[in-house]
Amino acid sequence: MPSIVVNKYPLKRLIDEVGPVDQIAIEERVAKFTTRSIKKGSKIQGLNLAVSMVDLTTLEGKDSPGKVQSLCQKAQSPDSELNTPQVAAVCVYPAMVKHARKFLGDSPVKIASVATGFPSGQYPLRTRLQEVKQAVKDGTDEIDMVIHRGAFLSGQVQTVQDEIAAVAEACGEATLKVILEVSELETYDNIRAASFLAMNVLRSNDFIKTSTGKTSGNATLANNQVMLEAIRDFYLESGTPIAMKPAGGIKTAKQALHYLVAVKETLGDEWLNNRRYRFGASSLLNDLLMQLRKQDQGVYQAPWKFSDASSGY
Amino acid sequence: MSRIPVTKTPKAYVGGKFIRSESGRVFPLNNKRGQFLCNIPECTRKDTRNAVEVAGKAGGAWASRTSYNRGQILYRLGEMMEARAEELAQAVAITGAVTLAAARREVASTIDRVVYYSGWTDKYEQVLGNTNPVAGPFFNFSVTEPVGVIGVFASDSPSLLGLISQVLPIITSGNSVVALASSTNPYPAVLLGEMLATSDLPGGVLNILTGFRDELLETFASHEHIRGLDLSLDVDGKKQAEILAAESIKRLKVREQENTRYWSSEKAQSVYAIRSFLEFKTTWHPIGV
Amino acid sequence: MPTQRKNSRNTRRRKTPELLFGDLWEFDPAPESADPKLKESYSLYIDGQQSAPKSRKYFESINPGTEKALTRIPAAGKADVNDAFSAATNGLNKYWSKLSGKDRGKYLYRIARLLQDRAREFAVAESLDGGKPIKESRDFDIPMAAAHFFYYAGWADKLEYALPGGSYSPYGVVGQIIPWNFPLLMLAWKIAPALATGNCVVIKPAETTSITALKFAEILQEAELPPGVVNIVSGAGATGQLIVNHPAAKKIAFTGSTDVGKAIMRATAGTGKGLTLELGGKAANIVFEDAPIDQAVEGVINGIFFNQGHVCCAGSRLLIQESIAKTFVQKLKTRIASLRVGNPLDKNTDIGAINSKEQLDKINDLVKSGVKEGAELFQSSCSLPGQGWFFRPSLFDGVTQSHRIAREEIFGPVLSILTFRTVSEAIEKANNTAYGLSAGVWTDKGSKILKMSTALKAGVVWANTYNKFDPTSPFGGYKESGCGREGGKQGICDYLKVEY
Repeated sequence: MPSIVVNKYPLKRLIDEVGPVDQIAIEERVAKFTTRSIKKGSKIQGLNLAVSMVDLTTLEGKDSPGKVQSLCQKAQSPDSELNTPQVAAVCVYPAMVKHARKFLGDSPVKIASVATGFPSGQYPLRTRLQEVKQAVKDGTDEIDMVIHRGAFLSGQVQTVQDEIAAVAEACGEATLKVILEVSELETYDNIRAASFLAMNVLRSNDFIKTSTGKTSGNATLANNQVMLEAIRDFYLESGTPIAMKPAGGIKTAKQALHYLVAVKETLGDEWLNNRRYRFGASSLLNDLLMQLRKQDQGVYQAPWKFSDASSGY
Repeated sequence: MSRIPVTKTPKAYVGGKFIRSESGRVFPLNNKRGQFLCNIPECTRKDTRNAVEVAGKAGGAWASRTSYNRGQILYRLGEMMEARAEELAQAVAITGAVTLAAARREVASTIDRVVYYSGWTDKYEQVLGNTNPVAGPFFNFSVTEPVGVIGVFASDSPSLLGLISQVLPIITSGNSVVALASSTNPYPAVLLGEMLATSDLPGGVLNILTGFRDELLETFASHEHIRGLDLSLDVDGKKQAEILAAESIKRLKVREQENTRYWSSEKAQSVYAIRSFLEFKTTWHPIGV
Repeated sequence: MPTQRKNSRNTRRRKTPELLFGDLWEFDPAPESADPKLKESYSLYIDGQQSAPKSRKYFESINPGTEKALTRIPAAGKADVNDAFSAATNGLNKYWSKLSGKDRGKYLYRIARLLQDRAREFAVAESLDGGKPIKESRDFDIPMAAAHFFYYAGWADKLEYALPGGSYSPYGVVGQIIPWNFPLLMLAWKIAPALATGNCVVIKPAETTSITALKFAEILQEAELPPGVVNIVSGAGATGQLIVNHPAAKKIAFTGSTDVGKAIMRATAGTGKGLTLELGGKAANIVFEDAPIDQAVEGVINGIFFNQGHVCCAGSRLLIQESIAKTFVQKLKTRIASLRVGNPLDKNTDIGAINSKEQLDKINDLVKSGVKEGAELFQSSCSLPGQGWFFRPSLFDGVTQSHRIAREEIFGPVLSILTFRTVSEAIEKANNTAYGLSAGVWTDKGSKILKMSTALKAGVVWANTYNKFDPTSPFGGYKESGCGREGGKQGICDYLKVEY
């Protein structure tokens, strides 16, 4: 193809190449996941699996070492009465990484740090990369970066990809999670295109991630599905397995199970672990624990029995 | 001594051409005193087959003309008939079965009926089709489509008004027609063929055979390419036609063999006559980005 | 796409990447526990009464998921059908023709509501008797049946808007014969518009799936529908013939096979009876290279495996554009691997039991012919229950137009895959059939959809979706797929005699 055409509409060309997504049909598809009935043993297994996939998150201006300490405590021992697994990671701001490392030591619970001018990404590349390097130096295992949505939507897809590649390089051994901020990309076509854009410069078991949790739109089963299908197509084509993290808006155990059904039926067994799938969430963990205790003890639980629960009423 | 007039040889009208029967057979048309008037082609199964073939070829193009264009063409047919109204009246009255005065009234009604249907071409869809408010994020609409080639046995009486009243609603929507003219007085149909040739109706859209129901009923009813039948028939014929039509599930409308009173009334013209030879197609499309 | 960069961690490529759909996280059985409230034996419903058949004959209704008998169903004989028509004629003259449209509508509203009240019970009965997955009977069949009554209830006093300028009247008593694939839904499709337009009904459910029709009689009683307005007579083909041939039947509405439809048309020849026939299909589901591929895969799956493929409008012929055929078929195979075949009552079952042994034999026969004619068979490796009539979801690749499996209706979970290169070839292949019920089109280009929709000779065209139904949306076929429409405004018109 003549290069003048190639350069004219790079975003359209990217969408043409990875193919479109039909909104109504994919929303219909994911509605079927919600009709799966998960009972008894499979429910307990699913809830525990979900616990092990939680990136327990605190991303607030008022975060302090004390808050991070209690988060780390909860991450390592989610429930004193239940034999639940530890969560996958704690997810904090870069300045909190060194505190988290202090509290977690060499615990298997990972530290994930948002970086790259989270949540907007509207900072010079140089300082964004500097943030990544500092967080890695402070002991983070994982970096959750944001893509430059402004560049993506204005068609500068090569810039977006180059930046992701640069961040991946800055990560060194740390796992990279690329936040697409799906609510700002707006269409499923864009989400699928951005997924491929990122995956092409990611390494095995690096993540693509839906949202920052800082905009009005969060993870939904549908945008999760668009990304799972992109991961599947990319894997079958390239052999490189990419991991997935929906974030924001997943508050209940029931929702989490629906997401897991989507993983099971789209990517299969090899993605049903916390190396390949995570939930970015803060309140989800308590609901998972409530449901697990209900399964264990047979009675519905009051919220105040769970630490850091928001409701005391 | 007066001039010896040139007599006209009646012919069937198929594919825009005037034909004799492939069989070479004719039957005499006499007036009611038994005097010979002319020979009429006695069309056969093979003539029917040929007519269906040209109707099948012409139908698609006719249906894909704009509704506006179909309306103009049918209105033009009305104009042609009006200009030759007296000639048509003479033809209707030729056997003496109806008076010339009655024939003139019949021709006037016939022309009005042509104009009536010409006005429907770009409106029936708006009355019969619709969008459907389904319970979901879909744009859903039902449109009509012509059925295809339709076989017609025209009423014996009225010989011209019956034929036009049966055929016009069918071609209005883009179907094509193979019609068998009245056996008792095919002469007006023969003349109509000549007017069709000078109207802008594409050849093959309306084909007019002459001959006998008994001979052609089986072919009309069983020919799989004929997708619908509008037949003026006696009781026995109706049953036989319906049995044979079942094999290819034809759309059917059967009527009395003759019914002057009905065809002369306003009730005989209706958008529901157009509806009888329409298919409804419903399309679903998601509303999304 | 911007340059693909090979990171050092990526270079160790696996031979052929595959996905593993195993049992790492298996779903425990989740049987629907609602009580279907079945009786040991059922009665006919004639003149508002539950009555034993004068024929004294019964047959068993078998659960296709277990092959065990569920209950006894009466086989209506000549005397019973005569009684039903007498009751219907009486119901028409004495009650139904005397009611205003408004009041007819009120009865239909009652029926809709009562059906909604007992939806779960009916769903379980439907799945037990017919073999369809409970999620379909629960989420589709029963709610859609209620929706049809609700929709047509509102038409009853507004008929003049369905036929503007028309002069019309109800047929009187109509005979209705329905199939086994959507038993209660087909009953609703038939009864609701018939009653709304002022007709009375004698209806026969299919012999393998009579239970919900006979349970529906309970709802009619609860609704206090006047006696004789609806009469339900169960039985096999012989009972159906009695209905078709009964002189009091002024119209016959039939859904079923094309062969039987033709026989009905012959049987009613010369009688002046009205006809609505909803017959077989061999729909083309056409996927263009610019389609939203994963949604098309899902649509094709839904198009052929919905209700075990026991759907007259099933997308049984897949036409794929050659350029994407290989990828697309691979995606279909991957998708099939995660379909769950099993106990119809399990809430997680995607594909239930084949309705009858007879149907299973027919599917087996056609699949054998496909193999014999050289098409390439792919079947899911899923496990099947030890008991009951089940069939693995199946694909035939490399099918041509002349294969039996491309021409005959299989009415089972078997997809025939053909390819095309150009739009005109797709249209030609899609229309190359005596049927014309439905078609599917998958493309991202809007104008192409309208072009295809116009060119396809089918009564329903689904663009970028498939197997969608709605009470407001007319359904019915071109050519040998039948005549007349059910649903929507058009469904009203076909239950009225229009004078012109």
